[in-house]
Amino acid sequence: MDAMKSMFPSAFEVPTPKGAEGWQDLYPYYTHFLPQRRQQDDATFWFCNSQHWPTPFRPFDTVMLDFAIKGLGQYNTRHLLVPPANGVDYRILNGYVYFSPVAVPGEQIEGRVPHFMERAGHYFMNWGDLYANWKDKVLAKIRELDALNFTALPEVEALEVVTGGVGLDSTNQLFDQYDKAIELAYKIWQHHFEFLNLGYAAYLDFFGFMKGQFPQIPDQAIAKMVQGVDSELFRPDDEIKKLAKLAVASGLSPVFEGDSVEVILATLATKPGGKEWLAQWEAAKDPWFNFTSGNGFYSTDKYWIDHLDIPMGYLKDYIKRVEEGDEIMRPTAKLLAERDRITAEYREMMDDEAQAVFDGKLGLARTVFPYVEDHNFYIEHWALGVFWRKMRQLSKLLKDQGFWENDDDMFFLNRNEVRDVLWDYSAGWAIGVPYRGTAVWPEEIARRRRIYEALAAESPLPALNNPPEVITEPFTIMLWGITSDAVERWVKSDGDDGALRGMAGSPGVVEGVARVLRSPDQLSELQKGEILVTPVTAPSWAPVFGKIGAAVTDIGGMMSHAAIVCREYGLPAVTGTGNASSRIKTGMRLRVDGNAGTVTILD
Amino acid sequence: MIATDGTYTLAFDQIGKHDLARVGGKCASLGEMTQAGVAVPPGFAVTTDGYLAMLEESGLRAEIERHLARVDPDDIDSIDRAAQAIRIRIRGHRMPEGVEAATRAAYASMGEGTPVAVRSSATAEDLPDASFAGQQDTYLWVKGADAVVEKVRDCWASLFATRAVAYREKNKIPHVDVNMSVGVQKMVNARAAGVAMTLDPGTGDRTRIVIDASWGLGEMVVSGVVTPDNFSVEKVLMEIIDRKISDKHVELIGDAGRGETVEREVEAARRQTPSLTDAQVIAVAQLAKRLERQNGCPQDVEWAIDADLPEGQNLLALQSRPETIWSQKKKAAPGNAYATGMMGIVSTLTNPLAAKKKT
Repeated sequence: MDAMKSMFPSAFEVPTPKGAEGWQDLYPYYTHFLPQRRQQDDATFWFCNSQHWPTPFRPFDTVMLDFAIKGLGQYNTRHLLVPPANGVDYRILNGYVYFSPVAVPGEQIEGRVPHFMERAGHYFMNWGDLYANWKDKVLAKIRELDALNFTALPEVEALEVVTGGVGLDSTNQLFDQYDKAIELAYKIWQHHFEFLNLGYAAYLDFFGFMKGQFPQIPDQAIAKMVQGVDSELFRPDDEIKKLAKLAVASGLSPVFEGDSVEVILATLATKPGGKEWLAQWEAAKDPWFNFTSGNGFYSTDKYWIDHLDIPMGYLKDYIKRVEEGDEIMRPTAKLLAERDRITAEYREMMDDEAQAVFDGKLGLARTVFPYVEDHNFYIEHWALGVFWRKMRQLSKLLKDQGFWENDDDMFFLNRNEVRDVLWDYSAGWAIGVPYRGTAVWPEEIARRRRIYEALAAESPLPALNNPPEVITEPFTIMLWGITSDAVERWVKSDGDDGALRGMAGSPGVVEGVARVLRSPDQLSELQKGEILVTPVTAPSWAPVFGKIGAAVTDIGGMMSHAAIVCREYGLPAVTGTGNASSRIKTGMRLRVDGNAGTVTILD
Repeated sequence: MIATDGTYTLAFDQIGKHDLARVGGKCASLGEMTQAGVAVPPGFAVTTDGYLAMLEESGLRAEIERHLARVDPDDIDSIDRAAQAIRIRIRGHRMPEGVEAATRAAYASMGEGTPVAVRSSATAEDLPDASFAGQQDTYLWVKGADAVVEKVRDCWASLFATRAVAYREKNKIPHVDVNMSVGVQKMVNARAAGVAMTLDPGTGDRTRIVIDASWGLGEMVVSGVVTPDNFSVEKVLMEIIDRKISDKHVELIGDAGRGETVEREVEAARRQTPSLTDAQVIAVAQLAKRLERQNGCPQDVEWAIDADLPEGQNLLALQSRPETIWSQKKKAAPGNAYATGMMGIVSTLTNPLAAKKKT
């Protein structure tokens, strides 16, 4: 390669999409590629994190990016002193986020080891207690979030405020609640990362050991030994399945032929057995319907509990399948027996010394892994679901005050601008004049919306500048599946045989018709047996895995959601193809080889 | 049920481990597989008692010893002359009446005219020199009691093949210590056949099962006349990881009319077609894995798909023996002391796989 020419373009040479001029205004200065530090930024390798943020940010939504990145960094850099890895730096370009892991300078690594041993060691040694404590802390914060309630400022302060000598007005509560919501989201993101990288590290340690013992062992086999079957991420889907079985057993299935959720629920109340069913439905809702059809990172995420038509749709599908005689419950006993068999068979192939090491490393990996899976339910689904609901309530309130036209327009402001709007609202209310923002924001939001749409019309570049000789940052590999091989794949998009290449996420070979989905709203288009092709999947898509033939994703590693669920369902998966969802069109016939990690377009 | 007399003949389902001295290595293995419920073509062993009866009743033993006493171990010509004389004497002698009656009765119970394979099964097959085991004869597609009796005698005689005698002379193995049993086994009408190793012969990797397969009988694969299809299966997950489909130009098939096997060219359409379906590859791998578990060590398995049996029941094991090459290599000491506990985590983080892989 030409030494002067980079493998990927410089951020400073990437053109702005037509109609998106001024997009920089949507995001804070610290996320920009700034000309003042072009030299450093051009010397750095950045990859687009489209796994977590597959679409551009509305301005408010960068709150998640800021808090997530900061939480990730603080544990590596300041709490645990992970020897080789500090945090992950980030920039926004054309609405998409680019990441760059920050390595610890070689000469500092050794000095961090004893600290890491002591600090991380404490977590590993006390994992069970600390994890129980973690759940308490997170649940308490969810309760605090849930208690927030944004209401309009009163026309007149209550008499008691005067007679009680309070001397303060309702705006304090408004500010406090908003600040509290932001603070809780910030704290929740810190807890998100409290255990996560340690969990990955223990898993990677076991992974590396197995690769050392059996260089040819498939990644999936290692994952299968560690993965549990009772992750809380499966609970929402399991609850729907239980409800489907109960509906059929109680003879209630005809009721579900109705269209609207309200009508179905109301009709059930009048049927024998309907009350019991409704009680189970209500019990399932809290907390298990705190489940997003996205990943929790966007204000546009739709949570089941706010959109009961989503779980109801899945429920109807399951009822049909139960009536057709399908066994819809996951065969957990069988899965556990299979996990034990796989574990025992690899173990038998090792010598005594290796077996003892295997037992230790597998034991730790299995101890930490429930956190790696379950945190996602507590944080992204449950806690962030409550956060977004409260923010929507606030957006609606401010819309009703005339600040903007649509219920969710607040998300075109960043979180600090929202604080300013609250001030505008409070001051105008106190002074008794119209709010200034009502004259400013509708137009500005319309401008931002146009920019946003122009950004969203373009796909991001996979990376910027030159990758390092070898990608060694452990969490980049684990979390994003970004290895030197993956970067090479981005550069040469095709194999010799025209096949798309990705990671062998879940074994098996299947041929079928492609269904390309770019948004969870399209999930209902999926037909039985089709091959799901999508930028990235989310846990709440679990119900569709029961009917697809295979899954193909643009982004994701061996522990990505699609890979995990496909292994569970015994479906082939190829993850991290880079661009399958744009190269493949719905209706194409595909051959998905989950053993080789290839996808071939057959016609 | 095969009618055996329990002395000169033993059906495979009557043979256990303790019978090794009476039926030789090959028949003992077939017996063990049969008893363990592995699908093996049915058959019986003419025991070493039959061979010994032949030596005793005809005075052959003394004659053999006389011939061998005159041999100069360093003179291959003298070995050859003695060996040839012994073989002629064995072939020229009638089988003892009791042995012949038992052999005919057992064969008759398989159905007169049933094509069988007649294979020698020496009691010294477990000697380390693998090539020695292969020196005794195998006759395929034998039909009729007369032919079976004749081939049993030929197998006895093959114990005195020149190379076998020379081998024993050189290694000072007393000739009388090696006895010969003969297996008579229903012939497989092999649509495809081959071998399966429960480790990767290239790397010794025990997580792999490597299968060579070609059309017709497996002899073409074993002898290397055709380049077989090659499949690599992950042993624990039972997934086909790799496949190489070759141009399989010839196959060996039974000619029932002539009572022998014939080599014929494979027609163009079938040459590059995989000789096994994916389901069959997995079935062969499962068979090999089962035999490895039963025997407690890596195995080298000969198998065939019988064209006359229904799919799902048509995979037959023909032979299973311990893999010798990698199993004899002292496992290379890993050398790397394992980093455990927190040190393991530190070493994983500071020296991740991707970096190792690239080196």
